This record gives sequence, C-alpha cells and structure tokens, in this order.
Amino acid sequence: MNSAFFLVLRRMRAPIIVLIALYAVAVLGLTLVPGVDADGKPAPPLSFFHAFYFISYTATTIGFGEIPNAFSDAQRLWVTVCIYLTVIGWSYSVVTLIGLLQDKGFQNTLTVNRFRRRILHLEEPFYLICGCGETGNLICRTLDRLGHAFVVLEKDELRVQELDLQDYKTDTPALAADARQPDNLLLAGLQHPKCRAVLAVTNDEESNLAVAIAARLLNPDVAVIGRSHSEGVAANMASFGTDHIINPFARFAEYLALAVGAPERFRLIELLTALPETPIPEPHRPPAGSWILCGYGRFGHLLADHLRPAGIDLTIIDPDCDPVCAPGTIRGFGTEALTLRQAGIESAVGIVAGSDNDVNNLSIAVTASEINPSLFVVARQNHSTNSLLFDTYNADFTMVPGRIVAQECIAILTTPLLAAFLALLRQKDEIWSAALVCRLQELNGRLTPVIWGINLNIAGAQGAYRALMSGERISLGAILRDGTDRSQQLAAVVLLVRRDRQDFLLPDDDFLLNAGDQLLLASPLAARRNLEQTLHNPNELDYVLTGQEVSGSWLWNYCLTRSKALQKARGD
Amino acid sequence: MNLEKVVFGFFIVLAATLNFGFFIGDIDRPELHHIYELAAALVVSLIATALKFGDRTQIGAIHLSTSLVADLQLIAAAITWAVAVHVTCEGMTPSVTSSVVSLSGGALFANIVSVIILIIETVMLRR
Repeated sequence: MNSAFFLVLRRMRAPIIVLIALYAVAVLGLTLVPGVDADGKPAPPLSFFHAFYFISYTATTIGFGEIPNAFSDAQRLWVTVCIYLTVIGWSYSVVTLIGLLQDKGFQNTLTVNRFRRRILHLEEPFYLICGCGETGNLICRTLDRLGHAFVVLEKDELRVQELDLQDYKTDTPALAADARQPDNLLLAGLQHPKCRAVLAVTNDEESNLAVAIAARLLNPDVAVIGRSHSEGVAANMASFGTDHIINPFARFAEYLALAVGAPERFRLIELLTALPETPIPEPHRPPAGSWILCGYGRFGHLLADHLRPAGIDLTIIDPDCDPVCAPGTIRGFGTEALTLRQAGIESAVGIVAGSDNDVNNLSIAVTASEINPSLFVVARQNHSTNSLLFDTYNADFTMVPGRIVAQECIAILTTPLLAAFLALLRQKDEIWSAALVCRLQELNGRLTPVIWGINLNIAGAQGAYRALMSGERISLGAILRDGTDRSQQLAAVVLLVRRDRQDFLLPDDDFLLNAGDQLLLASPLAARRNLEQTLHNPNELDYVLTGQEVSGSWLWNYCLTRSKALQKARGD
Repeated sequence: MNLEKVVFGFFIVLAATLNFGFFIGDIDRPELHHIYELAAALVVSLIATALKFGDRTQIGAIHLSTSLVADLQLIAAAITWAVAVHVTCEGMTPSVTSSVVSLSGGALFANIVSVIILIIETVMLRR
C-alpha cells in the first residue's frame, strides 16, 4: 500500500479516537437520561438505536430536530452538552486533516507517488532527461515538438514548477529530485522497459558523471548521453561505456576551425544539426589570417588546438598567463584598448571573446570592433539570461554551450543515421556541399528542415513494407508525393539510404526501394507527417503510387475487380 | 515503561474482556446479555482499531485486520439488535438473542487472536 495512506492513518489516529470517545459518551448519556411522552408524563430514555441516530445527525450539523418524540428538559440539557462536544471533535479532525494536507512532507509523498504511478503507466518509448536548466529545457521543447515522450529529473523545484507552466503538447512527468541518487533515477524509470536513453545534461560535471555511471550499472541496455566540459570527466565517462559524450567547447572549436577551412561543409553540418524548425542560422564565414584569442582556459586551449592546425596565427590574451615563458601571449583581460593594440588588433582579421564572464566577453567584442570595424567577432555566451544582450550586439558568431549540447543530443537521439551521413560528408568537396546547402535551405522557407529517419519495416512503414514484399517496384520519386494531392511533389530530400551496411548517398528519383531499407530525410515537419502516413497506410500508398482511391474493404475491391473484368469483356 | 504500550495493551485487553462479558451466559436468554455491554464492547473495539492505524510492520497489519474483523462482527450484532427491536418490533426473542450473541462470539474470537498477537509481540520484544 502506498505510504501516503499510512501517513494519513497515523496522523488521524488521535482525532478518530477522540471522535469515537465523544460519540460513545454522547450516545450513552442519551440512553440514560429519561424522556417525556406526548402527555407530559415521564417516559423511558431513548434506546441505543435512536440515540445513535440522533447524535449522528446532530454531530454532523444536519439537525433534523427532536426525533422520534419531543425531548424532556433533562434530555435537552444533555443534548446541549453533546452538541458542543461533537463539534469540538469534528473540528479537531478537520483541522488535523487540513494541517496534514499542507504538510510539506506529506505533499512530497503525494507528488512522488503520483510521479511513480505516471512512470509505471508510460506506454510509449521515452527519454530520461536529468537536469532541466538551459540545455535541458531546449531539449525538452524540441522533443515535445517532435512528439517524443520524456521524463524530467531536476534538482531545483522552481524549475520543475516552471516546466508545468510551459505549454507542452504532452503531459510531461517531472520530479524535483537529485539525479545523483540512484533511487531517484529508478523512480524516474531508468529500468522501465520503454526507457530509450538517459541524458545527463546538468550544469554540474560530477552530477553528469554520477548519472552516467548509475545508468550504465543499473540498466546496461539503455543508451547514455553525457555532457562534460573537461577531459578528465569525459575520459571517466568513456571508461564507463557512456555511448556519447558531448563537450560543447571541443565541438565549437571543431566547428570554428571547419568554418575557416571548409565553410560550405561547415554550413551543411550546421543546417543538418540545427534544432528542427528553427530560423536558419546566418552563414558564418570566418576569414583565415591572424586572430586574437581572449581567455585561455579550457575553452581557449581547445580553440587554440583546433585553430592553429587550420592555418590561423593566434595571439592569446589571458589574465593569468606568463608572457616570459609563453611567447605570443599577452597578460590582460582584453577589455581595454591598450592590451588589444598590444596584441595587434589593427592587423588582425578575427577575435574570439572566450572568457567565462559574459560581461567581459561583450566588453571585449565591443572594444575590439570599435578599434577595427572589419574584425570577425566570435563571442562566447555562458548564460542564456544574457541572450538579449548578445542578440542585440549580434556578433558574427555566438557560441552558446547549452545550445550546442541540445542540438547534438537531438541529432543523435532522433536520427541515428545522421552520424553515418556526417562521416561520409568528409570525403566530399566544397561544391557538392554548396549544392546540397542550397537544396536544404529552400526546403522549409526560413526555417531549418527536420532531419529524420524511417525504416521500411513492418513497424516503421507497414504499407510500404507489405507492398515491397509482394514484389512491387517503388522508386523514390514515386513516393515523394503529396498524399493529399499527388500532382504536388513533397518538399523532402533523401540524404541517405542504408541497405545491408551499404550506404547510398543522395539517391536520385529513379532509385528503387527495397524492403528493410533505412532512409535519412530532410523535410519540413508537415511533409514528414505526410510521408509517414503514406508509407504506413496501404490505401494512402495506393493513391500516391497509382492515383486511385481504394478502400480497404475486401467486398468493395472484389466488386470493383469484377466490374472491371465485365467492362473488359464487353469491350472485347 | 512506555505509555503508548500501556494504552495500546489496555484497550486491546479491555475490548476482549467486554466482549467476553457480553458473550458469556446462555445464548438464547436476553436477560443475560445486556445491550449496554454490547455498546461498550463496540466502542472500545473501535478505539482499539484506531490505535492500530499507521503501523507499517507485518505484526501491525495483522493487529489491524483482526481488529477490523471484531468491529465488523460487533457492528453486525448491533444492527441485528436494532432491526429486531426497532424495525420489525419482534423484540429480543431467543432466536434474535442467539444470533446477536453468536455474532459477538465471532468478534470475541478475533479479539482473542488480537490478545495472543499482543502477547507474542511482547515476548519477542528485545528491549
């Protein structure tokens, strides 16, 4: 039995006993006090049955009057006492019950019980998100828009309450609890058969590590994605078999280096990994040449490691460095013009404001672009609360760690084929990338396309699978049609088809599909729903392929074929 | 000495003794089974039940269940009495008396089990 019930029983023990005792005294008294009959003569007292009946309706303040006969004055005297006694008894019970309902511990018990019940009754596959700060929130919103279920564990109670207020399409179970404790992870459905993946995306490195380890030990089958800012923790996570470790600093450094070396390929990756159906990001074209890097912490080190091999000449400004032993570095914050001039700001082509202080970063960016307006400015934004400032300033390239983690989580979770596609991309040249970028940008107006995958198997695409198994030849071009009007082409690009470990990159319209193929597509969300419906429903598929509207009814189809055969016979 | 244990033991034993007092005597003679004794047994039994609320242990659960059985039997006895005296107006005939007393006999058995559990619990006590 659940613990809330026991808690109520335990707390209500005293009031209930008081109530029973008061009733007993009141009833007993009424069975002893003599009554009076209609003629005013003394009559025997009420029996137990009548006394209990009378006290029952008097104590609950229903008050039917003096039943069965008018009372004697002695009875009225006793009843007056009883009324006050029982009112006190009931008030005591009610006050105790209300106090219990307001009790923090009791409410907590109720919340946990409700949460546990909801997790138990989850029927669709879900993701377990640990930490719902800036990153977690972004992941939640995107998953919700894509129609995936998820469960949230967050330490901060206020954030959980905010989560309730956001208008999610689905009703999301969220619990304010510390994800570092394995009990809470189990409560949130870590061992639930429908749990697909655990995302450790809190701000705290140690918590992420603890979640990753607990998840790996308690449920080895579930995928674990961890966020880490330092190599030590990342290595520790990797040693525990964490499936995917995201270091936003390293990822951004890679991207920046790629943007310098291969801008079109970078643009393509940016489009593919962007959050679905968000405004298309501005193209970034950071120039090669000499750059200034302000802040040489973990982020600075990673940037330097990636940018130097890309052919960039770096000058580092750091408040903690020693100019004597590290040539090419300057001591200072970079927020003042003097240090920037010392670093050669006039001749530089780009600057990275990469300290862990948002105000300093903005100051560096503003000062630097005042001295040299043609400078390419990369700004690091640490907190989403400063979004307004960074948006207004509008640096050439803004790095938001939370956003990078969220993008990568979504890309990994929703499309397993994307990693394969990105790997194949490395062998392609800039012209190929530019052409694909053009196609992707036109797909969804000003929004980024949704990148999604579908398996042509019985679970993923029932209709198409049956048709393909019965020997029908279906080409890609025939299927990429609007299900409401087949003369319209569907705005979708097939990026990759995987068939028995063989990958077909950007197949054309004549490409023939096989049962069991895995497709990676880019399209607007509406086109995705459209195509999914086509592939799933055999009648829709028939319409898209042949233009004939058929119902699934066996009798109707039989009559149809009969009448066709008759017509044919007459024609002959 | 623990006051809670004193109160707890007191009510359980009192419920059993009152019940026994009502039950003892020829089963079909109403003058041997006074209705006030039944009322007292019922009230004390209800209080004993309330005292057992909220104990999560296995023995606490058995305590509660035996007590609930006793309550149920006594309430059934009380309803039988009320129906016979006030609804059908046949009064305490030997057959009615014997059914009321036998119902309270069932309650007595449950109360005796309660007392036995109480004794076992006390024997097992290590402090």
